[in-house]
Amino acid sequence: MTDQIPEPVFTEPWHAQVFALTVHLNEAGHFAWPEWTARFSATLAAHGLARALDGGDDYFTAWLVTLEAFLAEIGEAAPVDVEQLRAAWEQAYLSTPHGDPVHLPEGV
Amino acid sequence: MPHDHHDHDHAHALLPPDPALRVRALETLLTRKGLIDPGALDEIIDTYQNRIGPKNGAMVVARAWADPGFRAALLQDATPVVADLGFFGRQGEHIVAVENTEDVHNMVVCTLCSCYPWPLLGIPPGWYKSDAYRARAVREPRAVLADFGVTLPETTRVRVWDSTAEVRYLVIPRRPVGTEGLGVEDLAALVTRDSMIGTGLAREPGA
Repeated sequence: MTDQIPEPVFTEPWHAQVFALTVHLNEAGHFAWPEWTARFSATLAAHGLARALDGGDDYFTAWLVTLEAFLAEIGEAAPVDVEQLRAAWEQAYLSTPHGDPVHLPEGV
Repeated sequence: MPHDHHDHDHAHALLPPDPALRVRALETLLTRKGLIDPGALDEIIDTYQNRIGPKNGAMVVARAWADPGFRAALLQDATPVVADLGFFGRQGEHIVAVENTEDVHNMVVCTLCSCYPWPLLGIPPGWYKSDAYRARAVREPRAVLADFGVTLPETTRVRVWDSTAEVRYLVIPRRPVGTEGLGVEDLAALVTRDSMIGTGLAREPGA
């Protein structure tokens, strides 16, 4: 609990990605920051009911859930489209030889 | 970045965890719609990972210790003062500086989420985002301080500031004794991240 040992800013690459995505969407004018924090606070409160959040992976999980719902709410990312792309990325990883760069197949 | 299954027999690429795939899906969709610029995402990550951190806040505190005029301006309205140094809130928030004295110890929390003075301190540590800290900082600040190894005299009042999307706080810790001859750079080295959140004190010189 002290700051003697430096800790990584983001412990997983996707934590950094979802953070940057949100900041970028705000800075590009898609929503105001207080609109974001209101929704994020509500998600944290809901997730914290089942068990206390430790501020690590569970924190960014709440962040991602909030962003998905917010983008659906403002009509910029429909859940069905997101799920289709998620499944396509999963398939791309599973069908790409280890060590090769992973790309979505043509047409997805 | 831990790889739990570092297995060289994998026939296919290592499958990222589900949330990573969902973030990737959002990025793909928004990029295709022309709503985001992937290069801007890398730039934001680089900024917060490598260029913004508690060193910024430490420099502000050290200047406040060394320069009474700067300190007065900072306490009056910190936002333009830190903006002059190149530190401004990208989300348009105001920065408020609160000074520790013999009588008052300030401590910062965000009870609702994790609002934090990013331009001055970077991304908050895990504990600042935890339910435990967010709930206990207001209810039992002295017990939280004790967990951080900070014990204050009974006569020192503890004041807890709850951050919002619009207002972020920077604690100006007390200047350690025996630092009279130090320049701003040396002073800044004594200012820890936790001391600017109020869960720590500035380091003693030589400690």
